[in-house]
Amino acid sequence: MAVTASPERDIVATPMQRATREALYAGAIALGLFVLFIGLRTDQNISNELILVQRWGLLAIVVVLTMAGRFLYVAYGQPFLANQKIVDVATGLLPESMATRFFRLPYFIAAIVIVAVLAFLAGSLDGLLGPGLAGYARFLRALAIIYALASVMFYFRTFIHAHFSALGITALALYPVIVVLVLAVYGGSMAAGFQGSLKWVDNFGIQILIYVMLAWGLNIVVGLAGLLDLGYVAFYAVGAYAYALLGTQYGLSFWILLPAAGAMAAFWGVLLGFPVLRLRGDYLAIVTLAFGEIIRLVLINWREVTNGSAGISGIPKVTFFGLMTFNVSDPNYIAKVFDIATSSAYYKIFLYYLILGLCLLTAFVTIRLRRMPVGRAWEALREDEIACRSLGINTTTTKLTAFATGAMFGGFAGSFFAARQGFVSPESFIFLESAIILAIVVLGGMGSLVGIAVAAMVMIGGTEVLRELDFLKQVFGPDFTPELYRMLLFGMAMVIVMLWKPRGFVGSREPTAFLKESRAVSGSFTKEGHG
Amino acid sequence: MQYFVQQLINGLTLGSIYGLIAIGYTMVYGIIGMINFAHGDIFMIGAFTALIVFLILGALFYSVPVVIALLVMMIVAMLLTSLYNWTIEKVAYRPLRGSFRLAPLITAIGMSIALSNFVQVTQGPRNKPVPPMVSKVYNIEGISVSLKQIIIVLVTIVLLALFWYLVNKTSLGRAQRACEQDRKMAALLGIDVDRTISITFIMGAALAAVAGTLFLMYYGVVVFSDGFTPGVKAFTAAVLGGIGSLPGAVLGGLMIGFIESMWSAYFSIDYKDVAAFSILAIVLIFLPSGILGRPEVEKV
Repeated sequence: MAVTASPERDIVATPMQRATREALYAGAIALGLFVLFIGLRTDQNISNELILVQRWGLLAIVVVLTMAGRFLYVAYGQPFLANQKIVDVATGLLPESMATRFFRLPYFIAAIVIVAVLAFLAGSLDGLLGPGLAGYARFLRALAIIYALASVMFYFRTFIHAHFSALGITALALYPVIVVLVLAVYGGSMAAGFQGSLKWVDNFGIQILIYVMLAWGLNIVVGLAGLLDLGYVAFYAVGAYAYALLGTQYGLSFWILLPAAGAMAAFWGVLLGFPVLRLRGDYLAIVTLAFGEIIRLVLINWREVTNGSAGISGIPKVTFFGLMTFNVSDPNYIAKVFDIATSSAYYKIFLYYLILGLCLLTAFVTIRLRRMPVGRAWEALREDEIACRSLGINTTTTKLTAFATGAMFGGFAGSFFAARQGFVSPESFIFLESAIILAIVVLGGMGSLVGIAVAAMVMIGGTEVLRELDFLKQVFGPDFTPELYRMLLFGMAMVIVMLWKPRGFVGSREPTAFLKESRAVSGSFTKEGHG
Repeated sequence: MQYFVQQLINGLTLGSIYGLIAIGYTMVYGIIGMINFAHGDIFMIGAFTALIVFLILGALFYSVPVVIALLVMMIVAMLLTSLYNWTIEKVAYRPLRGSFRLAPLITAIGMSIALSNFVQVTQGPRNKPVPPMVSKVYNIEGISVSLKQIIIVLVTIVLLALFWYLVNKTSLGRAQRACEQDRKMAALLGIDVDRTISITFIMGAALAAVAGTLFLMYYGVVVFSDGFTPGVKAFTAAVLGGIGSLPGAVLGGLMIGFIESMWSAYFSIDYKDVAAFSILAIVLIFLPSGILGRPEVEKV
């Protein structure tokens, strides 16, 4: 709803007048955009005919909110941001001038006190405040916990910055242990701890790590070699179906099929690579998109093999390297071996470490490959294909190895996905998935592994958090389902993050190869995706 | 032979709709060099607007002549859809102009997700069927041609003629072509580049809205996720014809329409999309910049 006025009127108008005018424009546009879509709703009546339901009140609220938002942004937000920029330039404290005001010791203590009090009262919250207010209280507690953690991180920022990778890997490795222990203390027993950890380890941990792995895999193709691939999900599908079909039909073990699925996906990567070798930029994009759609359509329509849209179920679980299994009925079920209580959480925790290992493998291979001739050739190809060719680099093999390597990691992630779900269907491999993975790569700052991991955590974790916001039902009534808004907010977040940080979270990058000293290059000096 | 001609007519109808959408892709690509991924959803917004206008007309008046109803639907859809595309360009693409190439692509994908989910949230996830508006079918020597198909082809021809005139004969069209060739130079010569780009988005959206209205009339049903498949097909059509080339977009649209209807008629309906995509890949192997596209000049 950005409406820019002509400059000569800007000089005359005071900020307040300008804000009022902008707000009126924004309101008019919002009214135009939403009058049919929010003001009216198409519904089926009993005889299955479409009828219109009028919702003018909701329309008025949305328009007024838009106007208010625009007014506040133009009147206060813009001057504040401009001012902030001047302050930052003057003091040289680029990101910190805001943060030091936001993270202060008194606030931190207050947050700790809130958490402590609310945690102490946890059991009796509903009784004390009623279910409505208790929902708010829990939300407040979550906010306070996040604030406290952020403060701690901010306080140790230089230390964290210096040892980011080591700290990150340690934190990820300890994550399930911490979750189980905290919940065990909270719930009073180890069993409760394991049971409660399911959601945290599965929905947040595994889900995010799958996307981290996929994004790191795609990063090889898009971020390093600069080939825009819009059909990456096809390799994910190949890996998933390879494990699903071979695992259910021939009963082969995950540990044999994991490399097999990777090899198969790599083979498909080369197959895709051949026809697109001569294509550049957007032609490449549409052919990869078409390839992804072809794979999905074949999976839907080749019913004799893939069982069509119904998908394949009963995919065998991963075993603990053949030593122990996670099926309760087996004689070597893990709980029987160790003589502990039965719980499905063991499998999830094992899967968590498995995907963490696969992620680290991807990162390790990427980092090592970047230092090898082939990795340097990829980056050279991204920067300038013609220069690359004139220096004698074989662009054909360079492109094909990029596609194959990226696809292989997609295949690994796919077979892991099949093992985790126990069920695959073409529904999971739609274009939207490719778009999400690509968005994570770009939002993370192409080529930067840390940035991509952060982007995956923010985007995927953020949408998962929306499932947890039950307290919103207290605000908007019991019909309100935050999950419905998940993808709407996801799409808007993609736009907002991109506008806010066009180069991604980590916009600058260290050159892999350098002559005398390593100097970080600002992202704006490098170009991407012209292959 | 009759069967073949019948399929040719079906393909022509389908191809007209794809062609109208494809023009929006190709124009935006020509002028700012980005793939407007949200264009398919703009088409869906057009179809939904037409649907809601149709229901409003049904609720307000006892009976409306079909021609007037269609015209009103089309015009309102064109206006509102243009407003959507104009706003999206201002909010999501303009700030990123001059940024690196993938940035506007990502905001376009984000907008596409947001638009389809916006419609899902506000209008519900179910299919929206409407009673048939035009049901007359003519039978000429064993070939059945429905009035719907005639309307679609006629509207497309009229719009394309209008559009051709606009791009080739008016100062606005000249400005657009100038911006397409060299944006900086055009700005130096006094062309308001921002305005020209905005108008390009509006024109693309208006054509997509007409395509949406025709789509609703032809199939009689629309759902929030309808933007994706026609969008991708139209994009395929634009690339097949040579992205950036307007006649190419129409040609590509017709080709995709023909391939689809012929493949469903003679081979298998399940694999019609696979056929369309495979032919795209094959054509691009031999003509890497589409059928009518200018070969890219490599500058060093």
